[in-house]
Amino acid sequence: MATATETRPPATQARQPVGGGTKGPSLASRLGSYTGLLLLTVLFVSPLLFMVTTSFKTNFEAAQPTWIPKDPTTENYTFIFNATQTPVLRWFANSLIAAAAQAALIVITASMAAYALARMEFPGKRLITALVIATIFIPPIVLLIPNYVIVAELGWLDSLTAVIVPGVGGAFGVFFLRQFFVSLPMELEEAARLDGATRWQIFYKVILPLSKPALATLALLSFLTNWNDFLWPLYVLFSPERLTIQPGLSTMQSAFTTDYATIMVGGVIASVPVLILFVIAQRFIIEGVSRSGLKG
Amino acid sequence: MTTTDLGGRATPPAAGPGAGSLRRGRGRRGSGGAPGGGGGIAPYLFLAPYLIVFGLFVLAPSVYVIWISLHDWDFLLPGKPFVGLRNYINMFQGGTVTSGPFWQAMEATGKFVLFSVPLLVAIPLAVAVVLNQKFPGRNFFRAAFFAPYVLGVAVVGILWAFLLDPNIGLVNYYLNKIGIDNVPWTTQTPWVWAALVGPTVWWTLGFNTVIYLAGLQDIPRELYEAAKVDGANRWQQFRNVTLPGLRPVLVFVITITILASANVFGQPYLITEGRPGFETRSAIMYIGQEGLREFRMGNAAAASFILTLCLIVISVGVFVLFRERRER
Repeated sequence: MATATETRPPATQARQPVGGGTKGPSLASRLGSYTGLLLLTVLFVSPLLFMVTTSFKTNFEAAQPTWIPKDPTTENYTFIFNATQTPVLRWFANSLIAAAAQAALIVITASMAAYALARMEFPGKRLITALVIATIFIPPIVLLIPNYVIVAELGWLDSLTAVIVPGVGGAFGVFFLRQFFVSLPMELEEAARLDGATRWQIFYKVILPLSKPALATLALLSFLTNWNDFLWPLYVLFSPERLTIQPGLSTMQSAFTTDYATIMVGGVIASVPVLILFVIAQRFIIEGVSRSGLKG
Repeated sequence: MTTTDLGGRATPPAAGPGAGSLRRGRGRRGSGGAPGGGGGIAPYLFLAPYLIVFGLFVLAPSVYVIWISLHDWDFLLPGKPFVGLRNYINMFQGGTVTSGPFWQAMEATGKFVLFSVPLLVAIPLAVAVVLNQKFPGRNFFRAAFFAPYVLGVAVVGILWAFLLDPNIGLVNYYLNKIGIDNVPWTTQTPWVWAALVGPTVWWTLGFNTVIYLAGLQDIPRELYEAAKVDGANRWQQFRNVTLPGLRPVLVFVITITILASANVFGQPYLITEGRPGFETRSAIMYIGQEGLREFRMGNAAAASFILTLCLIVISVGVFVLFRERRER
């Protein structure tokens, strides 16, 4: 599937041809569609709203189905910000560091590797490409146990390094960028070669600036993926102050059981950055996802 | 493996990094390499940072997992005796400590796949077909449906554990209003399955929708026009134009949805916590518990290997199934 989609235009250019679909359904069916879509939208957005409003409720009111708190309070926030066993702000900072660091590492390593695979000829290229492709079909779960052992051997257990570095080996970024680099016109590179630029200069001064949208999309998707990762940090981090926010939510759930107002504070804090990113960069995210999805 | 320098001049590979080029100022440092040559060590230097991480955390562990599965590998004990295939044999023999829980987890995973995949394939398709029409606000709807997907599964888990709380959850509150008694969503079968599948649909519907939308835009409009000229109604257009045009995308969506559902973890971990008993404990929950809580890593590695083989068989199966249909 990867080869079939190689000819696709890069993510940013693909934006224009929207809505190539059917046109002109009757007014009645259009109204029907609208009603259905609106109902579905309410169904999709309301749980998030309820999470937010619940986080501003008193403990007592959290057990009641009010949509707007009668007596709005920030007590859950102040409580949780001072709780030593569930230091949510610390988790938030940890998640921010981990996600940003991993996104940066992925963009750097994947762009370099993708450039070599897209634009250079060298012995072993086919083997390396095949190996990297093959790992796309490996379900991540099979790596869980051995990677835990490897990370333990490296002394990384219970440290942010464990949630930053291993994910950089994923094949997605390399493929995503390789596809993009292949689509860039060769002439630009040749012009730079005529000027005597080295490979590194061409990469750094010609290719990368041209690839900003693709690099930004990859950084964004990598950030989101790492921010939202649950399974791996749940097992490799254990100290309360070392957790990232997602496994932290699990800790909060066990600690506060049915004190939902407090638990929802955690949910809100874990969602705010990704929802902000989504609002700002919605197109990048959606198109990045749909393109990467189609790449298979 | 010579490559052409500028002007088609061949660079002898034996001459070292970029030695064929006369014009290089600083290329000797390797990272530059020959401009246009690409020979020498430059490509490997570009690849090195990625390949190191790739080798250590992707390539090595995919072999290491098999090695671990051949041992009685207790993470906390110094001795890790080689046991050959015993971990696997135990899985397939009734009455051992591991076979029962493992297959129960596999069964739970299978059920989840069976219940969730049809919904996750069909509903997003319907949504995508509606959103593929031109009307004001379609981007807004697309964003609204996609929004839950940017959340982590942990947020989805704690949120729905709250909404589906049997006593004070919002869902039961509204059900009470229409005269339905409290439903034990998170504790009893069959309700637990709805408590896992429903939030999953809410969470990932937007993802599949967006993939379908991309596929729908690749179907030429002329086909619809032609169908209309032939007097096809909207259902017939869907049957005869949309579905065939979407086939590769459909195969892709079905495959990745099966794989994603078979890897379910966060929802049963946070919403049902495996209840009742271990009935909704998924395969990955079992592997995590067995390998990284009880530290019986040999068993867990064998379990994850078996799960992986199942996933590969299923993906190949879906592929073959759809390919054969196409040939008919």
